[in-house]
Amino acid sequence: MQAFKTPKQLQAHRKKIIESRPADRKAIAVCAGTGCKAFGSLSVYDVFQKTLKSSGLDKKWELRATGCHGFCERGPLVLMFPSGTLYQKVKPEDVDEIVEQTLVKGKTIKRLTYQDPVTSKWFRREQDIPFYKHQHRLVLKQNGMIDPTSLDDYLTIGGYGGFLKALKMRPAKVIDEVKKSGLRGRGGAGFPTGTKWEICAGTKATQRYVVCNADEGDPGAFMDRSVVEGNPQSIIEGMLIGAYAMGASKGIVYLRQEYPLAVQRLGLALESAREAGLLGKNILGTGFDFDIQINKGGGAFVCGEESALIASVEGRRGVPKRRPPYPAISGLWGKPTNINNVETWATVPLILDRGHKWFSSIGTEGSKGTKIFSLVGKVNNTGLVEVPMGMTLKEIVFGAGGGIPDGKSFKAVQTGGPSGGCLPESKLDTPVDFDTLVQEGSMMGSGGMIVMDESTCMVDVAKYFVGFLKFESCGNCTSCRDGLQRLYELLSDVCEGRASMETLDLIEELAGTIRATSLCALGTTSVNPVLSTLKYFRDEYVAHVKEKRCPAGVCKSLITYTIDEKNCNGCTICAKKCPEQAISGKKKKLHIIDQQRCIKCGICKDVCKYDAVIVA
Amino acid sequence: MTVQFTIDGLEVKAKEGEHLLDVARRHGIDIPSLCHHEAVEPIGACRVCLVEVRSGQKTTITTSCNFLVEDGIEVHTDTAEVRKHRAMNLELLLARAPKSDVVRKLASASGVTRTRFEPLAYEPLPNCILCELCVRTCDMLGHHALTTVGRGDKKRIGLPFNKPSDNCVGCASCLSVCPTQCISVKDTPTQRAIWGQKHDFILCKVCGAPVITKKHRDFAISEKGLPEDYYDTCEKCKQSAASKRFASVVW
Repeated sequence: MQAFKTPKQLQAHRKKIIESRPADRKAIAVCAGTGCKAFGSLSVYDVFQKTLKSSGLDKKWELRATGCHGFCERGPLVLMFPSGTLYQKVKPEDVDEIVEQTLVKGKTIKRLTYQDPVTSKWFRREQDIPFYKHQHRLVLKQNGMIDPTSLDDYLTIGGYGGFLKALKMRPAKVIDEVKKSGLRGRGGAGFPTGTKWEICAGTKATQRYVVCNADEGDPGAFMDRSVVEGNPQSIIEGMLIGAYAMGASKGIVYLRQEYPLAVQRLGLALESAREAGLLGKNILGTGFDFDIQINKGGGAFVCGEESALIASVEGRRGVPKRRPPYPAISGLWGKPTNINNVETWATVPLILDRGHKWFSSIGTEGSKGTKIFSLVGKVNNTGLVEVPMGMTLKEIVFGAGGGIPDGKSFKAVQTGGPSGGCLPESKLDTPVDFDTLVQEGSMMGSGGMIVMDESTCMVDVAKYFVGFLKFESCGNCTSCRDGLQRLYELLSDVCEGRASMETLDLIEELAGTIRATSLCALGTTSVNPVLSTLKYFRDEYVAHVKEKRCPAGVCKSLITYTIDEKNCNGCTICAKKCPEQAISGKKKKLHIIDQQRCIKCGICKDVCKYDAVIVA
Repeated sequence: MTVQFTIDGLEVKAKEGEHLLDVARRHGIDIPSLCHHEAVEPIGACRVCLVEVRSGQKTTITTSCNFLVEDGIEVHTDTAEVRKHRAMNLELLLARAPKSDVVRKLASASGVTRTRFEPLAYEPLPNCILCELCVRTCDMLGHHALTTVGRGDKKRIGLPFNKPSDNCVGCASCLSVCPTQCISVKDTPTQRAIWGQKHDFILCKVCGAPVITKKHRDFAISEKGLPEDYYDTCEKCKQSAASKRFASVVW
């Protein structure tokens, strides 16, 4: 890659690249995101490469290993341009057929296309699949189109257009543009990004920092990971724009070291940006200096909190500090520091490129643009979905998500990661935006969305998340450290049948203090799962306490497994599979579970084909 | 710059950048706390020094030790909300340090005489309330011998890598600031046992009483530039020698 000395040179190169790659050129995009990689997509890619070469088709078809397409459950995914045909669950042995049938003859291989589990309909094109159809993909879409290691690929899809436009504006104008767009921080708190930039830019300082918070720690969430892995240049461009607007000369990406692929791809992207003269001294001859370094985080959940993140970057323990002073005034090493989340940074170039009016036309009054959610749990289509702000939970779970599998019924959806609240069916019409979710007792968080069905015990869920947070609390505040520990004990009492109605009062009282008196957001939001389940699923708590019964049949201390006389036909499979030899019975005769021996693992229920095992 | 605000109705003035607890105490208003010490930076660990701060439409419960004072705020130190949350945090601390007199006294002043929680399952240093005053003091004195280990419910005070630290000079400042006096320091006439190590005392050349540990003297002389013979005699003997000198000059 040549080093661009002026914006004009870069612009000319962009133009050349875009012209040399017409939109209708033939290309095969094999997803090389973490999920598809785990399913073996790299071998699919290798076989494609060999086959294309040996058949001479590599001149006609461009092969790309791209970032995450979002539909991770169906990986490895292979997407073909310009037809939009999507093949899912592709194995290396399918490649020959794809080349022969689809690339050469233009025929669709039906078995590799997507069949909707609910309607049984087949879909050839990616854009028609309900999972994608309900989405509005701004940030994620680019992931599936480009090779994350190629700067030219990023330029092809309009990359660095936003930065070039920013360079033509005064820094204050850039901030103004971001302010007018209505962009709010995607990391969880939803603070207006432009205002934050303005505060940072307004400080008197010789040194400012911009930081990308890529310390994604919510269990089951991988939005940021996918963006860093799939489109690292977009983050670099976003940070460049921010640094230019705020007058920062140093950037730091705080990235989890548990994301090795993200570390590697971002590292490569930084190198190529430096080679191209987009990072370093005197960028594009404008006199603007800026460079980015990667700081690898050790995996503490609390380091996603910005003051703890700062402490960690400075080499101290990741413990949050009281704000104010906010990082925008006094952050890294006491200097003004602007911290934004991955998704926020990746959105900035789009705003600059297409204008604030375009961006603010998407979303709701108070929350603009789109948001990526990691849709997981008991839902048919799991993966990453990017939807416009204001879409209802129902549209996300039942539209993009395709509803609940195995004919079960919906129970709750938890938004906002481990410290989000669980919302019941009656709240499914809630529009998903920053403010409404908080009003309903949950939050946007960084975009985790866990769907639960009827087989989920809400007390058990609350206990699980409190257990996670008590472990991840930094341990500074009595209320959070000891409070969560005690809350966990009390919830265990409920789950194990030791609780009384006073326990529920104490849970509420304690949760109130943890929320009101903890220092950082980890503590203050940690009780959302408890308070929201107490509010919406109180009858389940009461059943545990008064009847010593777990309605969902989850809490081991409160359930027994028995065999139904009517349905058992003596097939012996349960007795064979029981790890404790707790089931006895002769062939073709009723089987019986020895309650003394039963460890309530549930294997008998899972293996029984006749629904003869009853949990009560 | 000066800021002006009220605490429980009393008009007070303070410098910008001051912490609320310091200002309140200066004006004779008592806010209970366990993890505060004027010599070290506040971290807001114990969550006992709670107050209610009203600013415009907004009312928040906050710790006062690390709250930077603002112009025009209205601070209330004894509202129902404050009492309720303080009592809960003290109940949590009482369960952690049931034998500590200081914690028991503060708790009972908040109406908490017993705790509804079980004894702690993980208790590496009995009665420690993790206020980190020991760690912060040790750091401030330049020793960096102590640290917190782990996080969440497994957090504890300890030594780096769980090994006796070369940095520890045996000064026992950690114990002197510890509100629950839970740190083990055992002195004999010639030696001090602390944090897994034994330190020899320098003995007073006059009376033979222990003056300071040898390691502490070496640290003080090399780091603080004190005269070599500074710790040859104990404070008492130094005083009586000085008073004798003084008497001989005056009379």
